[in-house]
Amino acid sequence: MTGSTVRRLSWEDWDTPREHWLLAGDARDGRERSVLLEVAVRLLFPTVLVLSLYLLFAGHNRAGGGFSGGLVAGQAFVLRYVAGGPLEMREAVRIRPPVIIGLGLSLAVLAGLVPTLFGATILESTYFQATVPVLGEIHLVTSLFLDVGVYVLIVGVVIDLLRTLGAGIEEQLVRTRRVAR
Amino acid sequence: MLLLVTAHLLLAGLLPMLVRRTGRWAFALAAIVPAATLLWALGRLSAVVSGETITQTFAWAPSIGLEVALRLDALSMLMIFLVSGLGALILVYCVYYFGSHGEGIGRTSALLLAFAGAMFGLVVADDLISLYVFWELTTVCSFLLVGQDGVGKKLRRSSVQALLVTVFGGLTMLMGIIMLGHAAGTFRISEIVADPPAGGSVGIAVALILVGAFTKSAQAPFHPWLPGAMVAPTPVSAYLHAASMVKAGVYLVARLAPAFADLTAWWLPVAVIGIWTMLIGGVRALFQNDLKTMLAYGTVSQLGFLMVLTGTGTYIGAIAGATMLLAHGLFKAALFLIVGIVDHQTGTRDIRKLSGLGRRFPVLTALAVIAAGSMAGLPPMLGFLGKEAAFQALLESGGTVDLLVLAGLVVGSVLTVAYSIRLVWGAFGDKPGVERIAAPSPSLGLVLPAAIPALAGLVLGLWSPPVYGLVKPYADAFRSGGESYYLALWHGFNLPLLLSVVVVVLGMLLYRLRERSGAESGPPVPHFLQAQTLYDRSVLSLEVLSYGVTGRLQVGSLPTYLGIILLTMLFIPGTAVLTGTTFLGEQQLWHSAVQVPVAVLVCIAAIALTMVRHRMTAVLLTGAIGYAIGALFIIDGGPDLALAQFLVETLTLVAFVFVLRKLPAKFTQIESAKRLRWPKVVIAVAAGSFVAVSTVIFSGARQAPPTSSEEFIANAPEGAHATNVVNAILVDFRAFDTVGEIVVLAVAATGVASLILAVRRTRTPSLPETDDQTLLATPGGPGSSGGAAGEHEGFDVGATKPAGVEGGRTGLATSGGLATSGGAADSGGSDPTNDEEGRR
Repeated sequence: MTGSTVRRLSWEDWDTPREHWLLAGDARDGRERSVLLEVAVRLLFPTVLVLSLYLLFAGHNRAGGGFSGGLVAGQAFVLRYVAGGPLEMREAVRIRPPVIIGLGLSLAVLAGLVPTLFGATILESTYFQATVPVLGEIHLVTSLFLDVGVYVLIVGVVIDLLRTLGAGIEEQLVRTRRVAR
Repeated sequence: MLLLVTAHLLLAGLLPMLVRRTGRWAFALAAIVPAATLLWALGRLSAVVSGETITQTFAWAPSIGLEVALRLDALSMLMIFLVSGLGALILVYCVYYFGSHGEGIGRTSALLLAFAGAMFGLVVADDLISLYVFWELTTVCSFLLVGQDGVGKKLRRSSVQALLVTVFGGLTMLMGIIMLGHAAGTFRISEIVADPPAGGSVGIAVALILVGAFTKSAQAPFHPWLPGAMVAPTPVSAYLHAASMVKAGVYLVARLAPAFADLTAWWLPVAVIGIWTMLIGGVRALFQNDLKTMLAYGTVSQLGFLMVLTGTGTYIGAIAGATMLLAHGLFKAALFLIVGIVDHQTGTRDIRKLSGLGRRFPVLTALAVIAAGSMAGLPPMLGFLGKEAAFQALLESGGTVDLLVLAGLVVGSVLTVAYSIRLVWGAFGDKPGVERIAAPSPSLGLVLPAAIPALAGLVLGLWSPPVYGLVKPYADAFRSGGESYYLALWHGFNLPLLLSVVVVVLGMLLYRLRERSGAESGPPVPHFLQAQTLYDRSVLSLEVLSYGVTGRLQVGSLPTYLGIILLTMLFIPGTAVLTGTTFLGEQQLWHSAVQVPVAVLVCIAAIALTMVRHRMTAVLLTGAIGYAIGALFIIDGGPDLALAQFLVETLTLVAFVFVLRKLPAKFTQIESAKRLRWPKVVIAVAAGSFVAVSTVIFSGARQAPPTSSEEFIANAPEGAHATNVVNAILVDFRAFDTVGEIVVLAVAATGVASLILAVRRTRTPSLPETDDQTLLATPGGPGSSGGAAGEHEGFDVGATKPAGVEGGRTGLATSGGLATSGGAADSGGSDPTNDEEGRR
């Protein structure tokens, strides 16, 4: 929220929430809403994402990996959806799910193809080691990029699932209910 | 060479994006690649003419001996002139041809370029498998090009026919390729040709490959797809006919002829079908009024001619075949492009409406005369040289069969002369009683691409040494007499010249006769003998067959499918387990005490699952089983597996709960299903017990840790720099599998999304439906028709079928006078919601 510090606000507006983790202004059917749950989930959301990233990077040496990490990240979005419905989903996801899936797949495939540029076979991985000031010694195995691709793809798949089975069915239900009324 | 193929495909992939900036110039951009290919080939011309070959091989899948082998020799060079040279010209022509339309430029240019790339790959492929890949690529490209956007029924029909026929041939050919490769011990074409395999299976293989060549080159009885493909824009047809695709079959025959021309399985079908095709095509061409269709049947006829020539397998025959191949590419491209210009400028291709164009477009007429002269085999065009050589080839070998073939070719050539005259006269002649067409002059960009191949046919006819130099290295492979033959305009007074004169004279007479008679259609062919009927019938019977099979297999009952799967499992692996393994091995009941309560939990949940009535409870119980199994993984020391299991289980639960909202809360059972209860129980118990028993047996069968995992564990720290061997397997040792699996996931997610979300799109009522509603509703009387009118408005803005369906029912009822106007108004009352949904 760097923009808010630069722009001078009039005194009437200065305490209206602009933070991302607070609720979206317009709401769906009031009865289907739990403000407490929604706010709690918004607070939890980044934490779960960080956990998923940890799993992604830890995967090489401990339990985890792109698949698990992606699933955890996906569950974070599931939480958002369960708490706030499609509206909450729209707040959380700005990219269309098929794009995310395609991005992940392209990343994985490209990560597989890059070694051929260096004369290695497809999907061959190599290993780098470097010492970075703050973090100390860092090991980088190129297969990580494949894992990142998997991660992104899984996140996309889960969100797509939410879009279709969740929001898609919900919309159909709402529609039939309205028609029936 | 591979680089050039890739360049074609890469730029083809980029073109749809570039087209926004370039507009119609995308075609010019696309033309660069074939032009570069042509230059590349020209640079190697002298080497190739002296008999050298340039080869390149790339390992494709070395573990199964697959490689992409590319080879440039005289025949390939000849084809590259057609594929890339004409390809570039046609793409340039497209710039001006499509200029006024402006739609679908990205698509057409990309497809044409991809087509050119695939054809280039096809003619330089030295490996039968790579050749097959390029072969089918051209099929797909032509399908997409002919089908255009697929809006018209005719477009779809023609493109599907082209696809079905050529794919049928392609698959048959693949069988032949595999048999041939097996018999020869190699898939390398150059090796097969150098040392042809022998034996009974080779005959069958060759026949199968010929089927592929025949379908691709539109030989009878597969030919109707080619005239059908005329629905494509003219430049596409020009490329399809002159340079690519249909030439692929001829090329393949020419390529393999040195090896197999002596086999009866080779020369008999080639000669018989070739001549048959030449005659059918010629006769049909003579009775067309559409210039393009006339040319298309002309192509069919010429392809038959080419097939006979390239298949004869003699030295002179090869020279004739290769020369005609070049000549045909040149004059057919020119003629198609000229017809395209006529169509573009006048808006019609019907020869009954065209009149006076000869004076209007003198240059175009001259070009058409040159090109058609080459087609008719008139001196001094290249086509004449080819035809002379063809006659000489068959006279030289002189057997009874050869003379019969020669007779067929002479008759075919007479037809060619006749339809060539008809074409030129039809397009450019002054016809009495027909109003002269006033048309704007074509731009230079349209005429030039047509002029180059037309003039090339003339120049190469007058100055034939370059052509001879190119076709000789190819013909040298045959060596069966007549090596002293050379291409020339003048061989002295001899039999071929006499035949040529006879052909031209008879052709003119035939044309006069045909115009006198004024017949609208050709000689009557019984309906059931027509090739198009043959195709229609076979497609229909295939559909009937598939309906029959699908109707019996896909009964639409989930329990039935499940039952079939379980029974199959019981019978096949079940019998294998019962007969194969007898020992149970040493069994431990448990190796950790914690396993016991977890296992009990799983059992209880599973038993309870069979008894619950509520769907939600059932889902939760399934979840309980899943989590408990995850717990078992933890106990056995598989944290990765457990983590994945927990996460997937959670996600599955969520997805289940989402879907449950659409389903009734309780399981319901219809009366008929109750009677099947006991069989179901029996199947379920048997399948369950089988799985349990076999699990025990399999776990007992493993005595030591499998060697493969041992290797993985040993290599993980060094090979993949990972201490987590599971992850090392996933992203390193078996990374290819992982990529495959995520592709499956992506496809599955897309599939689910399209199944569920696409429903909304199809539910938008279309306009005709609305009309139906009004039609149905009006007779209901004044009261109800008011309601129906409101409803009508509702449909206009409405977007959803549920409302649409209900409205439809109301409409029907209204027409019967059963529903009151109130009922109709009620459905009209859902307007605002519909409206809102529509906007979403």
